[in-house]
Amino acid sequence: MPLTKIAEFDVKKLEILSPEGKADEKLMPRLSKKDIAEMYRLMVLSRAFDEKAIALQRQGRLGTYVPQLGQEASIIGPAYALSKKDWLVPSFRETGAMIAHGCSVEMMMRYWAGDERGSLMPKGARVLPVAIPVSTQLPHAAGIAWGMKKLKERSAVMAYFGDGGTSPGDFHEAMNLAGVFRLPVVFVCQNNHYAISLPVERQTASKTIAQKAIGYGIQGVQVDGNDIFAAYSAAKKALEDAKNGIPTLIECLTYRMGDHTTSDDSKRYRDEKEVKEWAKKDPVARLEKYMADRKMLNAALKEKIIKKCRAIIEKAVGDVESSPPDAEDIFRYTYAEMDESLKEQAEGFRRRV
Amino acid sequence: MPRMAMVEALNLALKQEMKKDKRVLLLGEDVGKDGGVFRASDGLLKKFGAERVIDTPVSESGIVGASIGLAIAGFKPVAEIQFSGFLPPAFDQLLTHAARMRNRSRGRYAVPMVVRCPYGGGVRALEHHSESFEAAYAHIPGLKVVIPSRPYDAKGLLASAIRGPDPVLFMEPKKVYRSVKEEVPEKEYLIPLGKANIVRHGSDVTVIAWGAMVKTALEAAEQSQYDIEVIDLRTIKPFDKKAILESAGKTGRVIVLHEAVKTGGWGAEIAASIAESGIRLKAPVKRVASPDVIVPLLKSEDFFFPNAKTVLSAAEEMMRK
Ligand SMILES: Cc1ncc(C[n+]2csc(CCOP(=O)(O)OP(=O)(O)O)c2C)c(N)n1
Repeated sequence: MPLTKIAEFDVKKLEILSPEGKADEKLMPRLSKKDIAEMYRLMVLSRAFDEKAIALQRQGRLGTYVPQLGQEASIIGPAYALSKKDWLVPSFRETGAMIAHGCSVEMMMRYWAGDERGSLMPKGARVLPVAIPVSTQLPHAAGIAWGMKKLKERSAVMAYFGDGGTSPGDFHEAMNLAGVFRLPVVFVCQNNHYAISLPVERQTASKTIAQKAIGYGIQGVQVDGNDIFAAYSAAKKALEDAKNGIPTLIECLTYRMGDHTTSDDSKRYRDEKEVKEWAKKDPVARLEKYMADRKMLNAALKEKIIKKCRAIIEKAVGDVESSPPDAEDIFRYTYAEMDESLKEQAEGFRRRV
Repeated sequence: MPRMAMVEALNLALKQEMKKDKRVLLLGEDVGKDGGVFRASDGLLKKFGAERVIDTPVSESGIVGASIGLAIAGFKPVAEIQFSGFLPPAFDQLLTHAARMRNRSRGRYAVPMVVRCPYGGGVRALEHHSESFEAAYAHIPGLKVVIPSRPYDAKGLLASAIRGPDPVLFMEPKKVYRSVKEEVPEKEYLIPLGKANIVRHGSDVTVIAWGAMVKTALEAAEQSQYDIEVIDLRTIKPFDKKAILESAGKTGRVIVLHEAVKTGGWGAEIAASIAESGIRLKAPVKRVASPDVIVPLLKSEDFFFPNAKTVLSAAEEMMRK
């Protein structure tokens, strides 16, 4: 009985835009100048949202906030590849992706301010609410994809999660279902190198996250997650493949530049030197260089875009703070209809408030 | 005697138990280098090393399931689940195995492990960070459920839980983590599981509470024109029926107060036990609890949880009867 090699696998990494802002033209996805400008605007908007949200949290005007800083390319890039009919299933670090796929800045601000109405998706926006428990949203993505397939809609589902998200069982179950039933789903792992304090090397013994796809019989690819063109391009292809019954796991290699949340202090567990190294690979700065080289951006325009984003955000904050939720809102959505006991409780509550 | 917050008292208990018994291990997400997101295990990695203070992947079912295995292998694991809202993936392991191993193996194997988790509301946290599902766990035969309300108790109860022979779910009211300080002896001491504490004596109404609600009950008692007795249950499974019935017999009026939603909450179990005892009361037992809805995000949080005012009005209504 011989010992034979029965399979061989490789793992690929896609890089298009270098930290210096030079693009590999052969690999460049088809994007108009308008698209690129919009992707840039969404990244700037995400960054401005972070700034404001963190400041508000410090003043006690917002709840715990999950910043995106440093990950804007892997947040916006894949989401920008979605068509309106596709679904977005976020975790908790994708405010920008949610905005890119139809959520308003105002509702996102409302959500982080701790107002439930911020989770009410605009009609037609195929976006699920923020999922806080790590990876619990991944089986839902598989399920929606399954539904789309049964309905013969040519729509795919994109689910986001982190490197830590590859550890709970739900990750495994979702990947496996996707593979077995050939579901139109794209799993976007933002490998930002940390799950709170735990470095990715301690999260998994796997050399890459992309290669985990192999075990489920689905496609896996790693991209430079600070390169918006690579993140977009891989997602675009994966969405197409998904619609043809081939799911993909995309690993975006990126870095969380800020604290895990506003309740975290990352100085306790990581080296400033490491953060400084990653700062050189900033996703926004490299897109700016690319755009400047092509006369798509200059200092004045940049200033104008930032100002506009800030104005949108300021207005959203004003709207959120001038319209607090009414007390009874907590009763409305437990069931489609309130049962007698709940009605009684709501009545007693009304008298009290 | 030093004054400590609850997290500091827990930290000290962990330190002392680890020092005393080499079999005690700490594991969980961010418990090592970060010292736990609430700092309950601050400094312990340095003191005991990475073999005994273990940062795990994000893996609740794995943490609890492997703790069962570690316990069978002769260790005494103390697992931290970062928030009780993330305990459900491990519910299976608690329900299907931890609670049953002694029975399934006819006493051959036991699971002397402690699962600690912060729980409850009032800290303006994100979704799934404010729930109180203690009743779901207390419903499981084979599992003990302990809920301290103050630093002094937290230390003695945790030490007892770690030294005990059975699996314990140790739920820590995070609202109390740092908000209260009191004198806590540095020396070791134990508070037995299953024993309530009468934290205020009174003759008109008994309020039974646990966790963060003990403070709410005391506030209500201070403000009330009536003489209110407050019982801190400390362990909800098994719970101190004797203390409850004695007090109920004395005052004849009982309020069970919990921040968990009303229907199927542990208050129902306590009320039923009082009813079954046949004690004659002056008024029917009242439950003051949260409404049967999902815990809202922070802007509506105050509408949801019981407070001293709701306890007061319940007490007054009872006295008028
Ligand atoms: C099931 C579960 N366990 C624990 C937590 C607490 N928690 C919140 S975020 C996080 C780390 C997640 O890391 P990762 O998946 O890499 O995403 P990142 O936060 O880095 O974006 C943990 C442990 C949680 N939200 N859900």
